[in-house]
Amino acid sequence: MHPILKMALQRLALGVFTLFVVSIIIAGAVEFLPGDLAQEILGQAATPEAVAAFRAEVGLDKPPVERYFSWLGGVAQGDFGTSLATKRSISELISARLGNTLFLAGFAAVIAVPLAVTLGMLAALYRNSWFDRLINVSTLSSISFPEFFVAYVLILFLSVGYGFDARWVLAVLGLFLLVEGFGAVREGMKIGRFSMFGSVFGLLGLALVVNAVFGWWSYQVGAVQAFPSISNISPDASFSERIYRSFLPALTLTLVVTAHMMRMTRASIINLMASPYIEMARLKGMPPGRIIVKHALPNALAPIINVIAINLAYLITGVVVVEVVFVYPGLGQLLVDSVSKRDITVVQGCCLIFAATYILLNLTADILAIATNPRLLHPK
Amino acid sequence: MSDDTILKIRNLKIDGKTGDEWLPILKGIDLDLKRGEVLGVIGESGAGKSTIGLAAMGYTRGGCRISGGTVDFEGTDLVAASETYRRKLRGKKIAYVAQSAAASFNPAHRLIDQYSEAPIQHGVMNTTEAESDATELYRRLQLPNPDEIGFRYPHQVSGGQLQRAMTAMAMSCRPDLIIFDEPTTALDVTTQIEVLAAIRDAVEQFGTAAIYITHDLAVVAQMADRIQVFKLGETIEEAETRKMLSAPEEDYTKSLWAVRSFKATAKPKPPADEVPIVELRNVDAAYGATPVLFDVNFKIHKGRTVAVVGESGSGKSTAARCITGLLPPTKGEILFNGEALPPGYRQRNKDQLRQAQMIYQMADTALNPKQRIEDIIGRPVGFYLGLSGKAQRERVRELLDLIEMEPDVYMHRFPGELSGGQKQRIGIARSLAAEPQFIICDEVTSALDQLVAEGILRLLDKLQIDLGLAYMFITHDLATVRAIADEVVVMQHGKVVEQGPKVEMFKPPHHPYTDLLLSSVPEMDPGWLTNLLGARERGEIVDAKAAGASDN
Amino acid sequence: MTDATNDPTALSADAQAPRVEQESRWTTIRRAFRTAPLTAWFGMIVIFLYIVTAIFAPLLAPFGEKEIVGDAFDVPGSEYLLGTDQLGRDMLSRMIYAARNTVGIALLTTILSFLLGSFLGMLAAVLGGWTDNILSRVVDVLMSIPQLIFALLLLTILGANVVNMILVIALLDSTRVYRLMRAVGMNIVVMDYVEAAKLRGEGLWWLIRKEILPNAMAPLIAEFGLRFCFVFLTIAALSFLGLGIQPPTADWGTMVRDNAQLITFGEIIPLYPAGAIALLTVAVNFVVDWMLHRSSGLKE
Repeated sequence: MHPILKMALQRLALGVFTLFVVSIIIAGAVEFLPGDLAQEILGQAATPEAVAAFRAEVGLDKPPVERYFSWLGGVAQGDFGTSLATKRSISELISARLGNTLFLAGFAAVIAVPLAVTLGMLAALYRNSWFDRLINVSTLSSISFPEFFVAYVLILFLSVGYGFDARWVLAVLGLFLLVEGFGAVREGMKIGRFSMFGSVFGLLGLALVVNAVFGWWSYQVGAVQAFPSISNISPDASFSERIYRSFLPALTLTLVVTAHMMRMTRASIINLMASPYIEMARLKGMPPGRIIVKHALPNALAPIINVIAINLAYLITGVVVVEVVFVYPGLGQLLVDSVSKRDITVVQGCCLIFAATYILLNLTADILAIATNPRLLHPK
Repeated sequence: MSDDTILKIRNLKIDGKTGDEWLPILKGIDLDLKRGEVLGVIGESGAGKSTIGLAAMGYTRGGCRISGGTVDFEGTDLVAASETYRRKLRGKKIAYVAQSAAASFNPAHRLIDQYSEAPIQHGVMNTTEAESDATELYRRLQLPNPDEIGFRYPHQVSGGQLQRAMTAMAMSCRPDLIIFDEPTTALDVTTQIEVLAAIRDAVEQFGTAAIYITHDLAVVAQMADRIQVFKLGETIEEAETRKMLSAPEEDYTKSLWAVRSFKATAKPKPPADEVPIVELRNVDAAYGATPVLFDVNFKIHKGRTVAVVGESGSGKSTAARCITGLLPPTKGEILFNGEALPPGYRQRNKDQLRQAQMIYQMADTALNPKQRIEDIIGRPVGFYLGLSGKAQRERVRELLDLIEMEPDVYMHRFPGELSGGQKQRIGIARSLAAEPQFIICDEVTSALDQLVAEGILRLLDKLQIDLGLAYMFITHDLATVRAIADEVVVMQHGKVVEQGPKVEMFKPPHHPYTDLLLSSVPEMDPGWLTNLLGARERGEIVDAKAAGASDN
Repeated sequence: MTDATNDPTALSADAQAPRVEQESRWTTIRRAFRTAPLTAWFGMIVIFLYIVTAIFAPLLAPFGEKEIVGDAFDVPGSEYLLGTDQLGRDMLSRMIYAARNTVGIALLTTILSFLLGSFLGMLAAVLGGWTDNILSRVVDVLMSIPQLIFALLLLTILGANVVNMILVIALLDSTRVYRLMRAVGMNIVVMDYVEAAKLRGEGLWWLIRKEILPNAMAPLIAEFGLRFCFVFLTIAALSFLGLGIQPPTADWGTMVRDNAQLITFGEIIPLYPAGAIALLTVAVNFVVDWMLHRSSGLKE
């Protein structure tokens, strides 16, 4: 067997095994609770009858192994059981919301991946330029922001905004800051120093100007809000309606994920460009473009794929908070609601789906990294 | 200067960035090279050899800058020229051969594509021409299967072959000048010969001018017409090879040349019935399921030095790991003063551990960077001999005196504040602190510059005489063996192929592998390589294939 | 036999020792600070201000943490600088007290996670073999579920309160610390000086305490900063979702949640606590970035 196929199959088997172990953890987590789950959830005041009924309903009266396999059997057929709180079929609850969540994550990924990889590579290639340092400071800041902070700032600027007049005042101020800030950065670069305050002012200015432009645009199209701060999507909404309504949550996710992805892309490209074979290509007199396309890129594929997969997996976590902020009807919102209601069966179902997606993404990255490694492609 | 000068470097200054300050690497270098001439650039680490090699191409590494001077190549100053101009020269007119071929070939492309890249991109040849030319050059450089080898990927080819493939690649555009930056340093001696011969032939055939950078005098003697000696970014001396070898003028150069003169004191043979301090009896060892040692036997007597010689992968370090108990043998036993030692170090008692000490190759990793010298040496003093407080400090001072380092100056320093040679001395002091009978020296001088290495060898010799120590000296360097050994054990592929007193070992007849090893060590005589290759051709001396040591 | 010290050449060769500047640690640290970039200075000043605020919260806050002082959602003015919240408590006072609560809880969680993760990671690195195998497989499985999702699952079962949250996040986050400690430890364990100590017959405790830990400190301190940011953001997210720090304890995440609806009226009140979180993580990240840059040997 070709070693690549062999390794890929090994990874696949490992992935399936991990999924199996994870399903045991998700189903079995209930067992680790010291004391009785039914009593715990229903409270000390619950009658013994109510507790017994609850136990029968969740299946706590059956032995754990049997319970696990009947649950797993159901899941395999798309049946996650019924919700404790609403008595509705979990599969029904999930299916509509899963689509929404995937739409949101996909929307964010479509913007974020090309943007982040391109900017990350540019930052690596123009290392230590003002562009690189600006990117470093701004990405370092935005990975430090909680998702809800980014979300509310966006709402403030792109959704509710200030009054119309205030916006123009701010825009003039923004333009001033933009010019002055980046001017300071450029000046600093000439003497080999980087002006952080210049860049911060510049960014702030840029944001204010963008805000004003959006305000003007939303005024032109006659909308009171540029974008809705509450993304209530009905199942029969049209595609463009969906894009419009999920614009702010997607932008929030994009901003958070892009920063991460850019930093990692930059780091792996810099690492690559330091290889002796890149220096050798330079010493052979190859033009910079060719060095990147012929010498760096074939070796950069594996690390970049890895970066993308890690960040798509990261989107999953981000999606939970963002959905809550924008009241977006997705899986994350359902999960958080169910956690506060301690609706254990729904939580289990949602967790399994999130975990499976996460494992699948990591698995894809692994296999693609193997498939693009020249040392494995051409074994001895 | 006449018209045939191809490269003229004048007052070249290059700075490197350390932290926030620029420190000079090259302090105003002059260098001239005629068409077709080979200039040997020699110096110890930190001399700026690689920097000058790259500067000859108008290239500086990241974190370096040219702060003055000119690099005049065929009438154009490369320092002042545009990057486009320099790029057009590189690969076409000036080519580069790096130290590590394995790292300098792109893992994603076949050798032949990397060969053809420069000629095609510089418009010298088309693809078909380049590929047939590659095969032709591979043949000239004596690569096995020249028609086929180019279609392999770098990781599918051995180190010695890669180095030759890289030389071929550098010649692909028939450049006027090639920079060789330590091209054989990473290779074993027996492989080095083949690469040296291939490089020299190719340079001669095409009449290419070359700058050959190395720290190895004997190697440069074979390759260069002229030698320029560097030290800390400055030229010390410059002369024709033969003149430079026979009559160096500067003290520094003389001192470099003098290194090879050291010979340890000869010791009388031990009586036949003396119980050896260490004896390996039929030792087999394995890493996991891979056997690495096969039936190894040798003895080490009190006050004597046994040199264990072999190339990488010969099992010489594994034998040492067996003695220390880091790798328990799978078969056989290790006797200490006639008594069998427990196989693993964990089962040995404090006294058994104390008696056998070790000095490491890389002094940098052998000393804990976060401990002061007094703690590094003081710990074994306290641990084994139970001394503490003032008594311990006194003992540390004695030990520092013993290794010729001023206690008051060095006691409170950290290893990072010492030079390489000083660190190695501290390593010696730490092993002496245990008051052992036996010390394993694992390539203790191979990471050091020659002069420093010489000092270490002298020290070890003196300590041996004063304290009656037995040494097991692991090395791949036969010059070191000549200098210090009383007895020699030659290892290959995990087996002892030959052993005996040094005087006998350096006289024929030999085991074919010993022969190969001995004949492959470069000598200072500039005619050595030519003579050797001639002798091998005529079958007077074994070559690599006959000894089963081929890199192919 | 010539003595090496009498041999002038041997000395001259060894003279290329690093230029030893016998300077105290303080000098080194002072120089490091002098050359620190603006971002790092900004970070350090912000962290210092947060620490001062957290320690002297009762002195700085105009009102009590849980004290109801006025009407709900009162506008900012001279009496209530940032206005009041949905129950009529002073926003500014709660912001100040939250510095103590939120940062304190995050710090405690990070310390727990570090103790657990680095202890096990060290053990895996030094002992190797079965210990390493078992621990690493367990960590692999724990890390194959996204952290926030896993935390939500565990909080459902255990019940959402502060103690459970601290334990759950400390446990889940310790897997990252374990990975780092193990990797750093593995690199140190193969060093010759550790081998020398083993061959000397030193015990496990000595190896860890004297040979490995001192050399692992630099990456561990930087990692502590990064982990703190991560834990801090996770706790903020959980509190924001209503599953972390519970009212009436003042906490920035909960305060964002409680005042969230104001944003739709164009009020920036919810941004104060959210910004307080963001500012601290930015500051810590700036400092960590500088430290990592320094310890990577000042390349570039």
